[in-house]
Amino acid sequence: MDRLTALEIFTRILTQFTPVWIGLLLILVVSFVFRRKLGLYGKLFGSSIGTVGLILVLFWILTALLADMIATMDPLTQISGMKNKKPGWPVSGMEGQWYLLGGDNLARDVFSRMVYGSQIVLAIAPAATIFAFMVGITLGLPAGYYGGKFDTMLSFLANLVLAFPVILLFFLLVTPEIRETGVPLVMAGVLFLFPILFFMMLFYSRFKEQTTKLYITLGITLVLGLWAYSGLAFNKDPLGVFYMDPNLLNIFVSVVFVNSPTVFRIVRGLAIDIKTRDYVAAAQTRGESPWYIMLWEVLPNARGPLIVDFCLRIGYTTILLGTLGFFGLGVTPESPDWGMTINEGRKLLAVYPHPALPPTIALMTLVLGLNLLADGLREESLRD
Amino acid sequence: MGSFLLKRSGVMLLTALCLTYIVFFLTNLEPNLEKLTKSEGNMRMSDVQVQSWLEKNGYRQPLIKRYGEWLGVAPGWTRTDEEGKVTGRCIKRAEDPDNPPRYCGLLQGDWGFSLVFKNDIKEIITEKLALTGKLMLCVLAVMVPAALLIGVIAGMREGSKTDRSLSAFSILTTSTPEYVSGVIFIVVFASKLGGLRWFKGTAATAMENITFENFTLPVITLALYGVGYIARMTRASMAEVMTEQYIRTARLKGLSFSAVVMKHALRNALIAPFTVIMLQIPWLLTGVVIVETLFNYKGFGWTLVAAVGNNDIELLLACSVVAVFVVLITQLISDIGYVFLNPRIRVN
Repeated sequence: MDRLTALEIFTRILTQFTPVWIGLLLILVVSFVFRRKLGLYGKLFGSSIGTVGLILVLFWILTALLADMIATMDPLTQISGMKNKKPGWPVSGMEGQWYLLGGDNLARDVFSRMVYGSQIVLAIAPAATIFAFMVGITLGLPAGYYGGKFDTMLSFLANLVLAFPVILLFFLLVTPEIRETGVPLVMAGVLFLFPILFFMMLFYSRFKEQTTKLYITLGITLVLGLWAYSGLAFNKDPLGVFYMDPNLLNIFVSVVFVNSPTVFRIVRGLAIDIKTRDYVAAAQTRGESPWYIMLWEVLPNARGPLIVDFCLRIGYTTILLGTLGFFGLGVTPESPDWGMTINEGRKLLAVYPHPALPPTIALMTLVLGLNLLADGLREESLRD
Repeated sequence: MGSFLLKRSGVMLLTALCLTYIVFFLTNLEPNLEKLTKSEGNMRMSDVQVQSWLEKNGYRQPLIKRYGEWLGVAPGWTRTDEEGKVTGRCIKRAEDPDNPPRYCGLLQGDWGFSLVFKNDIKEIITEKLALTGKLMLCVLAVMVPAALLIGVIAGMREGSKTDRSLSAFSILTTSTPEYVSGVIFIVVFASKLGGLRWFKGTAATAMENITFENFTLPVITLALYGVGYIARMTRASMAEVMTEQYIRTARLKGLSFSAVVMKHALRNALIAPFTVIMLQIPWLLTGVVIVETLFNYKGFGWTLVAAVGNNDIELLLACSVVAVFVVLITQLISDIGYVFLNPRIRVN
């Protein structure tokens, strides 16, 4: 079998992504047809920057979901004789199989690793961002709404974390040694409580008068929340559904920890601004509880900037995760996560550049998509 | 102004103390100390031996006391063993062991001794900071003018084609972290595959002799990631200024567009970017670490990585102190500068 030419590689990669193209087309056509009923998301199609961003982000989400159909090889299998082979090299011993983007230093398929890498990035980055938002919102709303000593103290703590050079914090927090001391577990124990707290306050403040609904929603929150909590933070899930690798937990907690003070500051600023509005005064006159006002009056009205920041922050978290991988602090040594792959590839960059390039371009396009999406959303939400 | 400065410095000092204490705590975790013991003594030490070594060398005192010793506000520990020989923190380090000083810590200028580089930490830090300083200077010299120019041109006529394409460029650069752009640059400009071997893919030679060839790629890589953000801030600020009444007045007075931009808009539009640029400096630290590792330029960032990788506790502490102070001082400068530059803000 001969080596593929550049054009053949290109067309083969395009064909490999067929499921993604079909999915992308379906989603875009459906959303475009119903765009008038879809609120802010529908308006996104009015801005070209936002549309491009959406397409890029959807592309990677679909790739992550359909990775099994797209990848040509297993991301971890090493095939002898394929070490550092150039793009389009035929797989020895397998008829009709090529390493589309070549082989890496351990003779694994670069293309498949890039495809599977999207799963890891797109699982961790949004989840960590959601947690950071839960922490930031739960603390930022009361800080902005009440002000006073509580605010001063929390703001000092937030500034403390923000004054820490991010890279230093990561070097100190994401080490194998620190796992033995249990510091990540303590942090996980504290940080993972916030989502439960958030939802409990959310339902409690809403259904305080309707006891049946209150009990049902609180019950569901507590059961689901504590179940996930026991599994994620302490790996003690009795059913074994929720589980996080200790190293992953360490990284996850650090990323949440780094991001939440910024979210806190944004939410606090928004709360200070919004609490002077008339509808808040109206709610206060109605005699609503402070938490009801914060969660059901202030928060929904702060959603515009928060959604924009959410998109930006996922991108930033992706970059952070890549940075961690770049310093060899990634999820697991073997995993195809993009940062780690870049780190492995850079060592032989001058001789074999092809293993390092695909993950860099993948990471760049995903972050670019998220940033463009955020920009489009900001533009569209400012318009009304 | 005086009380503002005083209050600000007070908060800064408190922050610095808290941060260094956290770093001290995190670097002196039990597993790190055990690793240190084994590398100092020998690898096959038993647990009991490790504990006794730690006990003998003053690592078993309360953390806050050791923090005080390290900082130089608490007297260094001393210990008399069975044979009557006196050992102590300050005795080990003193030039004259018979007459050691009572305090020996950061404040006395004693930064400790690096296990990896086998050298006095103060010397290492000064040398490495000078190297990184050169890099930062070049980066700022490229980044700031480029970012301001892009931002001002884009914000001058909001919504125009130039604005759109420059904004797209800014978003592109903010989406390209250093480890991505660095790798791409090396491949394109310094490898066989790219074909254009204009620059060198390593800056190791730049430590002695900076040339265009070996320093361009690291500088551009670092500058590029920051350009987009500053440019976007400048653009927003410029676009806002351009809608102000006094700009319209100046235009109606008959001034040319360029004169309005140069004389009236620029001065007011550059207040916000100043803060952003100052706050960008600590943010560049992450970039410095990445770029120095990628291009093998042995400056401050590279030293930080080496200290972490080799469990060199004292060196890591020293690096952290420097990093924390860079962050806090740039924050202070940006606060003060903002007050000075903006006549609308008067501090009581």
